[in-house]
Amino acid sequence: MSSEIPYTVDARPDTGLNNVKIGIWLFLASEVMLFGSFFASYILLRVGAAPGTWPEGASILNVPLAFVNTVVLITSSVTMVMAWASLKRKSLSKYKLYMGLTILCGVTFMVIKAIEYNSKFAHHPPLLPSTSTFLAIYFTMTGLHALHVVGGSAVNAYLWGPGSKLWKSDPEMFTNRVEAAGLFWHLVDLIWIFLFPVLYLL
Amino acid sequence: MGHDMSEEEIQKHVRIYMFVFGALLTLTVITVAASYLHHVVPMSVSIAIALLIAIVKGSLVACYFMHLIDERKMIYLALILTAFFFLGLLLLPFLTNLDQVQT
Repeated sequence: MSSEIPYTVDARPDTGLNNVKIGIWLFLASEVMLFGSFFASYILLRVGAAPGTWPEGASILNVPLAFVNTVVLITSSVTMVMAWASLKRKSLSKYKLYMGLTILCGVTFMVIKAIEYNSKFAHHPPLLPSTSTFLAIYFTMTGLHALHVVGGSAVNAYLWGPGSKLWKSDPEMFTNRVEAAGLFWHLVDLIWIFLFPVLYLL
Repeated sequence: MGHDMSEEEIQKHVRIYMFVFGALLTLTVITVAASYLHHVVPMSVSIAIALLIAIVKGSLVACYFMHLIDERKMIYLALILTAFFFLGLLLLPFLTNLDQVQT
């Protein structure tokens, strides 16, 4: 008897879910705990700071740029779900268009983030993670989030390019892969929805 | 959401996605506007408002974009367990204040 978990898109009779769906959701649960530990650290650092020493995010960070990035990421979530819906409509060309837009949004987010980071490093004196506790947690949380955007964009780019060949041979499995990648992408959006007010506005 | 969907079903989903998109953009603008409230209300109120809006936005993404609203029981069970430990993690900093043993 093989101990390998079969890679099928058929729903299991006991859970009503396919293995990919269970796997990606358990992975997302671990991601929630990962970011949860950083949010808990943020609370501990903020509550433990001497009165009046914790800076207002807006006084150091660029709120308009972060606002644009929020809009970009929300838009990418919509294009991602539209890419999946296009596959359900059996339209690969529409899928390519929406997935292409999702990748473009991911790249735009990273370019804006790079501009934001660069302005901190170019500041006189430079605003580095070692400058203050606030900047340390800001760079850690947004940096980890940015890594997720890069990872998600790489997967999306694969599914837009070479990975899309699977559509011809096994459309159901390809749709399943796009759905799993979409779930990850939406979580990245969801985390930013909390990072934006916590770091920039409060 | 692994089953085949009719064109009508897909159109219904797309309409919901567009509505959620509009709601998320509106709530993002409200979040930024509400952040200026801390000049007139206590910071704790400002934090509560910002987090409440973030929770609503996060729920919209999870329920509709991630299709949690019509997901299977097993996913809910896994997420309830995650939520339990996540909240425990967030409460840890406050629990440390309960330790008043002076050495």
